[in-house]
Amino acid sequence: MQVEKFYYDNKTVKWFAYATLFWSIVGMLAGLWVAIALYYPPMNLGIPATTFGRMRPVHTNAVIFAFVGNGIFMGVYYSLQRLCKARIFNDTLSKIHFWGWQLIIVAGAITLWAGKTSGKEYAELEWPIDIAITLVWVVFGIQIFGTILKRRERHIYVAIWFYIATWVTVAMLHIVNSIELPVSLWKSYSWYAGVQDALVQWWYGHNAVAFFLTTPYLGLMYYFLPKAANRPIYSYRLSIIHFWALIFIYIWAGPHHLLYTALPDWAQSLGVVFSVMLIAPSWGGMLNGLFTLRGAWDKVREEPVLKFLVVAITCYGMATFEGPMLALKNVNAISHFTDWTIAHVHVGALGWNGFLTFGVLYYLIPRMWNTPLYSKKLAGSHFWIGTIGIVLYVVPLYWAGFTQSMMWKTFTEEGQLKFQFLETVTHIIPMYITRSLGGTLYLIGALIMVYNLRKTIQQGSFVANEAAEAAPLPKVFQPHGKQHWHRWIERRPIQMLVFSLIAVAIGGLIELVPTFLVKSNIPTISSVKPYTALELQGRDIYVREGCYLCHSQMIRPFRDEVARYGEYSKAGEFVYDHPFQWGSKRTGPDLARIGGKYPDSWHYNHMMDPQSMSPGSIMPSYPWLLDNAIDTSGTAAKIRAMQELGVPYPEGYAAQANKDLLVQAAGIKNSLKADKIHPGDIKEIVALIAYLQRVGKDIRTAAPAGTQKEEAAKGGDGTAIMGN
Amino acid sequence: MKFINYLEKVSGVSIYGLTSLTLFGLFFIGMLIWTARADKNMIEEIRQIPLDKS
Repeated sequence: MQVEKFYYDNKTVKWFAYATLFWSIVGMLAGLWVAIALYYPPMNLGIPATTFGRMRPVHTNAVIFAFVGNGIFMGVYYSLQRLCKARIFNDTLSKIHFWGWQLIIVAGAITLWAGKTSGKEYAELEWPIDIAITLVWVVFGIQIFGTILKRRERHIYVAIWFYIATWVTVAMLHIVNSIELPVSLWKSYSWYAGVQDALVQWWYGHNAVAFFLTTPYLGLMYYFLPKAANRPIYSYRLSIIHFWALIFIYIWAGPHHLLYTALPDWAQSLGVVFSVMLIAPSWGGMLNGLFTLRGAWDKVREEPVLKFLVVAITCYGMATFEGPMLALKNVNAISHFTDWTIAHVHVGALGWNGFLTFGVLYYLIPRMWNTPLYSKKLAGSHFWIGTIGIVLYVVPLYWAGFTQSMMWKTFTEEGQLKFQFLETVTHIIPMYITRSLGGTLYLIGALIMVYNLRKTIQQGSFVANEAAEAAPLPKVFQPHGKQHWHRWIERRPIQMLVFSLIAVAIGGLIELVPTFLVKSNIPTISSVKPYTALELQGRDIYVREGCYLCHSQMIRPFRDEVARYGEYSKAGEFVYDHPFQWGSKRTGPDLARIGGKYPDSWHYNHMMDPQSMSPGSIMPSYPWLLDNAIDTSGTAAKIRAMQELGVPYPEGYAAQANKDLLVQAAGIKNSLKADKIHPGDIKEIVALIAYLQRVGKDIRTAAPAGTQKEEAAKGGDGTAIMGN
Repeated sequence: MKFINYLEKVSGVSIYGLTSLTLFGLFFIGMLIWTARADKNMIEEIRQIPLDKS
């Protein structure tokens, strides 16, 4: 067979590597910023863009989609070409892919700083950017499949399976979770409401972890670990089982983010069972990685790439052991809404994704510049500083999470809650400080890497097109031994795509469809009414400022939560919430029953200067809400959009919504005047107060205690109060 | 675009869930059997792909 000469494209890999390095520093800086803001509120700077509620999504989006996203593309473009023995499909598409993704990142950062958000964690970007993401993702897909189709290697190595599953599943998750109704260019409402929205969001959220942060990186592990260790993967058979089991089971596990919430019980149990099962394929994969190094541990001591990969795989193992444990209801009752979750996430983010990316960078750059690494010693320092950084980051947060949860749940002998919420926050401030030191160390490590790689690049000469040779695929395939049906899938990328899609879609559909479509799963409560025009405007401000990032709106049926916040939350209360605002972390107290708890003037003063009302509070101040007038020009469009989504406003209400709004605003202004506060024109604070005073009140005002008891007895939402 | 509970009217809707779960179960078992029985040389050949220097 005639051998063909061709060239690997290193240029695109280089650009993605530069982007990975750049965004890693940006993303970590944003993370450090918010970490400091948690114990030093002046860090919020008193302006909207730098306030925690907007900086935190900038951090999460930057590290997930900018740092890890570019890391995925870097690793896939490098390994896919070599595994297929073919140049990447199309050079122009490579450019479109690269610049398209960077534009999305920049647009994402700007809009998030500007408060343009759809209010769903890890999917905050507004609809025009969602569409752009879809288009760039399609380009990425064309590149993957185009390259596979013109490959010179008959077998499709397992790393490529993981890339295919990543591509197809992320596409599905992104599209399903982003279905929203645009109200204007930068504002949309989620198509789903309340419980359904929560379920779709966490089906997405959990699987974004699975298919954006895990499967592509497992693909990279299956390529770069054998390369760096110069020995094949421990068991290829195990990698096949790892693949199918992982992609199938992962997709079911989403509801473990919603344990003890108003989500129907059966969906919660489904999430728990599959989360526990998930430990098997995850650990199968981890052991496959570690066993690959059998007899090569001496190399690990010498080679920085392997050091990073080993810690990455170990962190993967720790995070995937902890994940199923956190999905158990009794553990989740302690961990949820606390910093424990943040610690868990960062074992994965800093350890698994961060260290694996660093390992790949240390591997790729010397090879593409045809020179040894500038300094192995500096890489070693990076490794140790980074590792200590991870430990110093996560250990205090585990401590903080556990301590705070225990404090929340402590009662005095007289049966009173022992601690005010604020006491439980100020108690863990030292842990927040230590955490930010850990983060700082990790960042310093990354800066050392940037310096080391820069020096490496300076001393080498870049090979933009790397020459390679391989024979083309013969037309007639000579099988080894007996043919089998799995070979039919395994050699053909399109079949692989179809089967992976089927595997993930089965889980997705079974999890989502029933809550979606069977009415009895979400019992309606007749006293729950749509928000008034002013409240809706206020709710949009609540979403814009990212209040949900620190305040939940979900009282779980626990003795301490009912004692602290009030009646536990019911599924039927959220039927008009587009999007839902249950939150996932309580840096501040739950707000599900905030309505009517404090006078209007309290909220006014509290938003102006939280410390004046709650000394020691770490909440940022929101002075601009007192100055900005409400934009009433969009009220009618918002009401119409809500009607379109099925919220039962009376026919023609959109036209008179602003009149209604003024009347309600006048009422709040009068109540503020009684407390000697004169907000002037209709400021945003008035709308926000209207919303806050409404939250959680519907069942309290209209339904007497008897009705609620009756509903609980009927098993209306399948929950009952748990003692703890 | 109104929210309609379409499946409410379908009787025995759970059969779809069970069927798809069974389908995956069968696929998974088939995959396990294939993996266990797959040709050793072929597996070894695929395993070596990343290390190929060509």
